[in-house]
Amino acid sequence: MADSGVTDEPGTKDDVHRAKTEGKELSKEEKQRLRKEKKQQKKNKEKKDEKASHESEKKKNKEEKPVSAAAPASQPPTQPSTQKAPSAVPAPAPVPVPVSETPALADKPAKTKADLKAERRARQEAERASKQAATSKPKAPPNELQPVVKRLPEHVQVDNPGVLKKLAKKLERQQIPLRLDYGYKVSLFSHLHQYSRKAPLTQQLSIPSTVIHPAIVRLGLQYSQGIVAGSNARSVALLHAFKQVIRDYTTPPNEELSRDLVNKLKPYISFLSQCRPLSASMGNAIKYIKKEISNIPSQCKEEEAKRKLLSCIDCYIDEKIILAAKAIAKSSIEKISNGDVILVYGCSSLVNHILCEAFEKNIKFRVIVVDSRPRLEGREALRRLVQRGISCTYVLISAVSYILPEVSKVFLGAHALLANGYVMSRVGTSQIALVAKAFNVPVLVCCETYKFCERVQTDSFVSNELDDPDDLIVTRKGKTQLEHWQDVPSLGLLNLVYDVTPPDFVDLVITDLGMIPCTSVPVVLRVKNVDQ
Amino acid sequence: MELQAVLMAAGGGSRMTDLTYNTPKPMLPVGNKPLMWYPLNLLERVGFEEVIVITTKEVQKMMATDPKMKIDVKMKLDVVCIQEDGDMGTADALRHIQQKIKTDVLVVSCDLITDVALHEVVDLFRAHNATLAMLMSNAHEFTETVPGQKGKKKTAEQRDFVGVDQSGKRLLFMANEADLEDGLSIRKSIMRKHPRMHIKTGLVDAHLYCLKKAVVDFLADNKSISSIRGELVPYLVRKQFSKTTNSPKIKDDNLKQLLISSRDEPLLQLAQERSCWNDHRGDMSEAYHGGKLRCYVHIIDQGLCCRVNTLAAYIEANRLAPKLFEEPAVHPSAVISERCQMGSDSIIGALCQVADKTSIKRSTLGNSTTVKEKVKVTNSIIMHGVTIEEGCNIQGSVICSNAVIGRGADLKYCLVGNGQRIEPEGEVHSHKHTK
Repeated sequence: MADSGVTDEPGTKDDVHRAKTEGKELSKEEKQRLRKEKKQQKKNKEKKDEKASHESEKKKNKEEKPVSAAAPASQPPTQPSTQKAPSAVPAPAPVPVPVSETPALADKPAKTKADLKAERRARQEAERASKQAATSKPKAPPNELQPVVKRLPEHVQVDNPGVLKKLAKKLERQQIPLRLDYGYKVSLFSHLHQYSRKAPLTQQLSIPSTVIHPAIVRLGLQYSQGIVAGSNARSVALLHAFKQVIRDYTTPPNEELSRDLVNKLKPYISFLSQCRPLSASMGNAIKYIKKEISNIPSQCKEEEAKRKLLSCIDCYIDEKIILAAKAIAKSSIEKISNGDVILVYGCSSLVNHILCEAFEKNIKFRVIVVDSRPRLEGREALRRLVQRGISCTYVLISAVSYILPEVSKVFLGAHALLANGYVMSRVGTSQIALVAKAFNVPVLVCCETYKFCERVQTDSFVSNELDDPDDLIVTRKGKTQLEHWQDVPSLGLLNLVYDVTPPDFVDLVITDLGMIPCTSVPVVLRVKNVDQ
Repeated sequence: MELQAVLMAAGGGSRMTDLTYNTPKPMLPVGNKPLMWYPLNLLERVGFEEVIVITTKEVQKMMATDPKMKIDVKMKLDVVCIQEDGDMGTADALRHIQQKIKTDVLVVSCDLITDVALHEVVDLFRAHNATLAMLMSNAHEFTETVPGQKGKKKTAEQRDFVGVDQSGKRLLFMANEADLEDGLSIRKSIMRKHPRMHIKTGLVDAHLYCLKKAVVDFLADNKSISSIRGELVPYLVRKQFSKTTNSPKIKDDNLKQLLISSRDEPLLQLAQERSCWNDHRGDMSEAYHGGKLRCYVHIIDQGLCCRVNTLAAYIEANRLAPKLFEEPAVHPSAVISERCQMGSDSIIGALCQVADKTSIKRSTLGNSTTVKEKVKVTNSIIMHGVTIEEGCNIQGSVICSNAVIGRGADLKYCLVGNGQRIEPEGEVHSHKHTK
């Protein structure tokens, strides 16, 4: 990488010194070499291990030759290459030991590959650390030139005590209790929170909640108990609670509404994310509200400002949720024809709406509802569809490959659409999409644009949600086998909530902007940002 | 503000007149603290900062002046006095303070001693947007012999029938045995909506209610309801399933008031519609069967929850209440001589004087009590200011304030009223010695 412009001259140490003294501009490798030497000297002073420093000296000598002589780009490193952590600063070039150098190597005392590896790694760490400090200033100007960096939400890192401490401090400052994790977490997901429904956050709050607005406490309780579930429902309930907060808000003296109200909302948002991690749709709604509040001119009177905010919220819900659902239903109905057998998974409010609208239009179709434990949301979807008069079949997800030969289309709802085209939805969706692809059944995802998220994810591990593991415990014929699962040290219960479906399995995404392929999501995001 | 606390301390204690004819019930000492202290402590612990106390003038005077009855809570107590002799029920009292009620209320009775996690009751109230949430506990038998009762005669208590749904949280049915003449009849509409109902009779109502503000306003207009427990709660439970409540056109103005919808009702409706949650399954109806009036109950199995409204309950409370607070069993200002045998489960109040060769086991001694030599006190409750002369033997008894037990008296399972005197060498057995 940094080996561009490799010269074939033997650039020995003397060369570098000569270049320096002559005042010539040093080439990249020479600069690198210089830096390495400086750090080496620093390190050698610190290092107590004589052998290591001795090794590094030798290593340095050895390196100069390959860097100058070889064409490292073409030569794959014969030595086991260490893991180069991606750093913004050009890392030291991989050290290929060209074949020509082997006779030289033979002179030096035999060093094991592991030793060299470890030593290289240690050097890299030191270099990186010092580089961060040294080059922070030169890095600042380039950042300023960039457009406003969008702040993406930090990844949850529960197994990192430093991050946990920061979170605890933040919550303490906002006077919100910290919710403790519950039970043994499967190691692959130990970076996520896992809460128990039997230990609500309200246990640690005072009963007439003074710090947090009662509407927000109620909302948090409804989130954590699952009474308000589903992306759209959560956003609508959130905006409803915010409306009440805005109504009850009075600007304290010497403060501006536009700044103070945003600060008031921050602890509420922390509280809600402690009750249940925020969804992408909620995040977008919060961003919108904060923007609207900040845009209130300072000379606006409080009553008028509040009225404006309330109408903004109503507008947002009307546009992004209600009208979007209507638009999506209109587009989707074109895709549903007579005699169709449509497969749906779980309970998506949007998909249910579409199917009910299609039924109103007297299209003859039947629906297969696929359901999965532990949530068994399909039962609710089944109830809503059958109530309308749609003929339905109900299966569990284990039977999906048996039922797919009958299916003509698959309609899926989404929790969020990620910027690389992946669809984040209820766990099990990717499985359905996979099996449908195997059977060549078209998969259509219905999603409003306000759920589009700037996050990029290619797997379901990095960012997910862990639900209460006790939900997996079931009592059959009076026996509860998993009752004492905590006593078994090697047993962990995993209750995942979301998974991501790659865009290859999705044939079409139906949004309120039209029917787009999965890969057009970044375009929509870009257009949205330009609008705002 | 989310909730306002109201403490009902005007009750007469009609079922324990022997104790209350001189001391009003809220001021009866339990574990050397006035009975009123316990609910106030509960409210303070969960974080209330203000409580409206509805009580009589006598109690208010005692609260202010009597040093032995000091109620030391950090909350602000807003004392409202009502007439003692007026036949004011709890609902009448709520109506009386309607102007002070600005938000939902939490009504507590002064004779409740419990360590329940209050957030469980309030969470039901909040999460389901309920009109009423109450607390009940699985009662247990009192094992101590009640003084003054000959034999193990138990007074026939009127049973309460409480019907809850499968989850054990939703209140479907509530009636007292006295109101049911022929039998228990349950409406078909309830059975259709909740095919599985559990009917319990052994529950003790803790008289702790969370009520919506609309209910207080409703009470103001309906002057016929005078007791919360006796009339208001069964009324609300019945109205959950009444046709008039659930029909779109509500003709009854009273009910309309009860179902005052919040300002953004359509938004709430939208959220509920879009949410994939239902509180029941098996039929075609939406969450809560579309009902707007909902009553919930939280039933506790473990933990302490007792209401001190009978003599037996009073004695039981004296046994259990000290576990609720962590003060030392022996008050530091008490003077206990060294040759006194004191069990670890006894409580000695402030400024007591206990002489030599006494034995105090499983008993409570009130403030400023004097116990002379060679006295044996077992299993008893001795209130404030009592003097026990030498050589007495007191077992399983309740001695009220300022009584004097003469020398060498032998009391077994007795109740000695306020300011009474027992003659020396008297032998009283299972007797209520009151005026």
